[in-house]
Amino acid sequence: MDESLLEKREGTIDNDNETTTWVEYWLEGELVHRSAHVALKKSMLAGLEAASLG
Amino acid sequence: MANTQSMCTSFMGQLLNGGHQFGTITLTSRTSLTAPTTDTFKAALYLVGATMNASTTAYSATNEVTSTNYTAGGVAITNANVPVATNASSTAGVAYWTPSASIVYGTSALPVTFAAFDAVLVYNSTQGNTAVSVHTFSSQTITSGVFTLTMPTSSTTTALLRLSTT
Repeated sequence: MDESLLEKREGTIDNDNETTTWVEYWLEGELVHRSAHVALKKSMLAGLEAASLG
Repeated sequence: MANTQSMCTSFMGQLLNGGHQFGTITLTSRTSLTAPTTDTFKAALYLVGATMNASTTAYSATNEVTSTNYTAGGVAITNANVPVATNASSTAGVAYWTPSASIVYGTSALPVTFAAFDAVLVYNSTQGNTAVSVHTFSSQTITSGVFTLTMPTSSTTTALLRLSTT
């Protein structure tokens, strides 16, 4: 494959939940490669409580 | 000196290690009852049409992504981090855990192709594939590529799983 024919597209999503980056390679209008990297920001929180007695 | 009502923080950490058993439960043998081995946790990806949520009790292949170079059930999570329990005050504390490495699907030599997906299920593959947590993100597709899921910093405020006094 002649790599000079590939069109590279990149993007980023950044919000409270994640930072995501992706890269695509297009060949003559056809998507031939797409990879993505999601970095999670939010955790899963469970609460615990000690009940009062009496 | 005074006694102060609070959940003991070390107890929460021990919960993550299965150190307490208040009722009966059927467990798969961890080799030894006094020094049990660590369970294996896995991460499976789900299509945008799936219904993974708080009521999910176990791994299911329904609406899981499919691809060459992706095995149903997902991949094993690298788990070199032991759960940590930290006191914030005499009445509050946090126990937390985060996988010790990013979760990666596919390689450049063995790429994957996924239709639109937006969730990962963390589950315990040793103990009957019981569900641990569901984490969502923006819908993604992968075409002959690699999907990498990087974990948040393992800390009292950002760890992937946190148990906290309220």
